[in-house]
Amino acid sequence: MRFMVLMIPGARARVEAGEMPDAKLIERMMTYNADLAKAGVLLALDGLHPSSKGARLSFKSGKATVKDGPFTESRELIGGYWMWQVKSKEEAVEWAKRCPAEEGDALELRQVFEMSDFGPVVEEQEEGRVAEISAAIDKTKNR
Amino acid sequence: MHDPSVHRAIDAVWRIESAKLIAALARITQDVGSAEDLAQDALLAALEQWRESGIPDNPGAWLMSVGKRRAIDQMRHVSLADDKHEQIGRELDERPAFDIDAALDDQIGDDLLRLVFTACHPVLTTEARVALTLRLLGGLTTGEIARAFLASEPTIAQRIVRAKKTLAAAKVPYEVPRDSELTARLASVLEVIYLIFNEGYSATAGDDWVRPALCEDALRLGRIVAELMPAEAEVHGLAALMEIQASRLGARTSPDGKPILLLDQDRSRWDQLLIRRGLAALERAHATGVPPGSYVLQAEIAACHARARTNDETDWLRIVAMYGELARLDPSPVVELNRAVAISMARGPAAGLEAVDAVASDPALKNYHLLPAVRGDLLVKLGRNAEAKGEFERAASLAQNTREKELMLARAADSAGR
Repeated sequence: MRFMVLMIPGARARVEAGEMPDAKLIERMMTYNADLAKAGVLLALDGLHPSSKGARLSFKSGKATVKDGPFTESRELIGGYWMWQVKSKEEAVEWAKRCPAEEGDALELRQVFEMSDFGPVVEEQEEGRVAEISAAIDKTKNR
Repeated sequence: MHDPSVHRAIDAVWRIESAKLIAALARITQDVGSAEDLAQDALLAALEQWRESGIPDNPGAWLMSVGKRRAIDQMRHVSLADDKHEQIGRELDERPAFDIDAALDDQIGDDLLRLVFTACHPVLTTEARVALTLRLLGGLTTGEIARAFLASEPTIAQRIVRAKKTLAAAKVPYEVPRDSELTARLASVLEVIYLIFNEGYSATAGDDWVRPALCEDALRLGRIVAELMPAEAEVHGLAALMEIQASRLGARTSPDGKPILLLDQDRSRWDQLLIRRGLAALERAHATGVPPGSYVLQAEIAACHARARTNDETDWLRIVAMYGELARLDPSPVVELNRAVAISMARGPAAGLEAVDAVASDPALKNYHLLPAVRGDLLVKLGRNAEAKGEFERAASLAQNTREKELMLARAADSAGR
């Protein structure tokens, strides 16, 4: 199963100012990421720019309102994410415990939907889609 | 006093730490059988203690410390006539207190590699290698391995016991093979991993979930070995091949369980994250500077499909070239047949048929149902429907299973109606 792991930095001001963490932390994080890769667990990871470079859209009455960053009202800001392949939520938790987190950091672990997770309702929709595609293929086959 | 959540957490720690632990202990005992036993002892100790005191901050170090202590004790109790074990016991004693935390990455990596090569040793049957690898490196239980391979648990348990005995009896040294042997031994490792992958890939809907999970197990093992041996192109090649094949898992069966051929698949269901990883692994293979071997070439072919948004955008000429190189490396009529299909896609059915007929008389293909199947398909494209019908009927007679038979008979009937 896959987990998306969101890093919510404690040092929000520093991260939002776009400042780099100190070299030691960077090194520890690189070692951590290498350990994840060596275990065959790491699928992907990315760091995110400060929210000042982003935007938020809120939807109301069918309309989208765009607000440029920084997201000063947001209680929690995401600084980066990982995607992990693990056998259980407990394994994801165990790996997350080993993250060289700083004071106040939080990690949120969310299981990722995969094709095999989808139940009968979605399968029926898929069936309909497949039937459509089959019909289209059949049409082109009659050359 | 049995808290299931603590048990699950300890299971998770075990999944992360067990291979490293067994690998390190085997270096002390020089025997993977007793290494696994000692590791299990450490796990039991952990279960007892951690249920009371909670999981320690560094559970890996805890297990390693307990395991190594017991391993040394065991070595000391071995008969005094056994100089080697006594020697190891003494050497370990003379070292300063174990600095587990400072254990060099290199040492852990070296130990893991030794374990990989030992579990895949050619003195063992392929079945035994697969079971031992999944047990010692994959952390699967005997029950999980049994369900994965549709065997009984006692059968698998026995297979593993016998495998350990065989290794001990053959006095297989616990080491990474020397340069001259490395290529051959590595091929054995990659073969085991790919076998596990293919077993998982062949799983159908309704199968026990541990079967399709074998693809994930194999992917994980492939990635681990790639990190352990980054200079080996074929290791990256296998990783690339598996990542790209796995990317199609969501697209290759219809809801009623019928297989969908690659060219008929809905590509929006291909997992782009896995494709990206596969292409990156292929890049790492090239970066080694080693000329491409069999897995790299197969990965190149898979990559050609992965990069194409539609059938029409597929670089068929490149696929033809890759099959050509594969044929040079590992001449086989099956490879030639695949190359012929690629030629038909690149240059048209007439050219394809010519290429097929060049290998059709090879005795190795005499009972291979895909040969007449391919001929039939090309003949249909050339409008030679009567001949196509005959080929599909022949393919049906040679087919391996009911589903394939039905498919071929359907195509025969279809040709008859044209």
